[in-house]
Amino acid sequence: MERAMLDRATSALRGLGHRVTSRIWRLGFASRFLLATLLYSGTSFRRVFLTIREIYFTGVLSLIIILVSGLFVGMVLGLQGYDTLQRYGSSEALGILVALSLVRELGPVVSALLFASRAGSAITAEIGLMKATEQLSAMEMMAVNPIARVVAPRFWAGVISMPLLAALFSAMGIFGGYLVGVQLIGVDEGSFWSQMQASVDFREDIVNGVIKSVVFGIIVSWIAVFEGYDSEPTAEGVSGATTRTVVTSSLAILAADFILTAFMFRGA
Amino acid sequence: MIVRILSAKIRSSKITKHSFVPNEPLVQISDLNFTYDRRPILTGINMTIPRGKVVAIMGQSGCGKTTTLRLIGGQLKPSQGAVRFDGKVMHELGADGLYATRRRMGMLFQFGALFTDISVFDNVAFQMREHTDLSEEMIRDLVLLKLNAVGLRGAQNLMPAELSGGMARRVALARAIALDPLLMMYDEPFTGLDPITMGVIGQLIRKLNDALGGSSIIVTHDVQESLQIVDYVYFMADGKVVAEGTPDEIRASDKAYVHQFVWGEMDGPVPFQYPSAPYQEQIYGAGHA
Repeated sequence: MERAMLDRATSALRGLGHRVTSRIWRLGFASRFLLATLLYSGTSFRRVFLTIREIYFTGVLSLIIILVSGLFVGMVLGLQGYDTLQRYGSSEALGILVALSLVRELGPVVSALLFASRAGSAITAEIGLMKATEQLSAMEMMAVNPIARVVAPRFWAGVISMPLLAALFSAMGIFGGYLVGVQLIGVDEGSFWSQMQASVDFREDIVNGVIKSVVFGIIVSWIAVFEGYDSEPTAEGVSGATTRTVVTSSLAILAADFILTAFMFRGA
Repeated sequence: MIVRILSAKIRSSKITKHSFVPNEPLVQISDLNFTYDRRPILTGINMTIPRGKVVAIMGQSGCGKTTTLRLIGGQLKPSQGAVRFDGKVMHELGADGLYATRRRMGMLFQFGALFTDISVFDNVAFQMREHTDLSEEMIRDLVLLKLNAVGLRGAQNLMPAELSGGMARRVALARAIALDPLLMMYDEPFTGLDPITMGVIGQLIRKLNDALGGSSIIVTHDVQESLQIVDYVYFMADGKVVAEGTPDEIRASDKAYVHQFVWGEMDGPVPFQYPSAPYQEQIYGAGHA
């Protein structure tokens, strides 16, 4: 009886150890993969049309979801913000609340989450399917490095698109807040814009927001291209890799957001 | 003429000129072993692919044929032994050397592996655009030449999704010969094709090999079709070469494995039944065996 329990405990411990070491090994492989992607990025910039094409697929085609989501998030912020602020008689500060919430936090984070779901999953699926249908092997046999030709342009397209999408998300959100706060509820338009202009700091708020979105862009693009390249070349493998991209990216974005916020705004 | 222009235009900095030695085989595989995850896949493989010849590697699924092809292409590294291509040991080449060598190889994958986001024309033009400084006009002429060779000049504007299996294989063949390779490798070129298309692909393989003056390796388990077009055959089983010879020698072989394979016999050295406990024992229980 005791022997059986000991065996089960040993087996569980061995399983745990195996899972931990394989995760660490995979993280190491992902890091080497990122290094290789950066090393072979020359093609993405020498033949810039490759990257522009990917910016279209990852960035431009994500515009609808980003803009519509931004508008609704801003409108909700307008409603909720007004409801809270008017209790303290500061409903004119609605512009500050909407702008700071979006520029510092919601813009980079929500657009990165949407980007991971819409573009990240598409990148993983595309690279995974290219692997499953031997397109990457064919490229290698044609003496074309798939990391330089397929992975790097998609990675850089994600990194470039992300801050632009976050900026558009925030702009659309502010417009949504304006529509609800000023046009619908009747907050003073002058106060809405002037207080926003006076309180939003370029270095503290805008630049930090952009830094956040660039970091999120790197995280999402790295995870998406790695999961696609490392996926099992089967339908199930590609499906699993796509799911992992969305889940891992979302968690990584939220964790990175906490760390970045702690460093950026601790004294503010 | 066009071929000569193409050869001259290929970026010389990236291509090492091949040293043509007529008597030396194009590919020489010596004492090749390959292990994956501590599991032996290939053991003691010796093969010779002479210049100008079409050689088939046959055997059951999972016997190590495609792995051999990948080792020749340098996509895998051997655990022991070596693959020599035109005198160069593949696994000793650095990344640049390997890519330079691969530019003189062409490979047809089992299902074509066409790039699905670009047209037939762009698929065939892919290598020319990647590796040469040819003008778009010249690339257009060359692509049409290659597509004409496989009978699909009229399909240049179609997307891969619009092609049948046989057409996709032919487009992939045109893409593989885009830079007139010295060695063509075919991974199961006949799988899933109807008899007419199979015959067309078989004849194209032979004719293109003779026209290009290179060598070809066909990995296949389609015996009758390949025996008609190849010069020599290697039979593999469980990661080893178990028989070899000319098509006539293979047809006349009295080796049990080769005989079963060539004539498609149901039972033989490769058993019909998956290994299991005795039938009666399983039906009636251990005591009734």
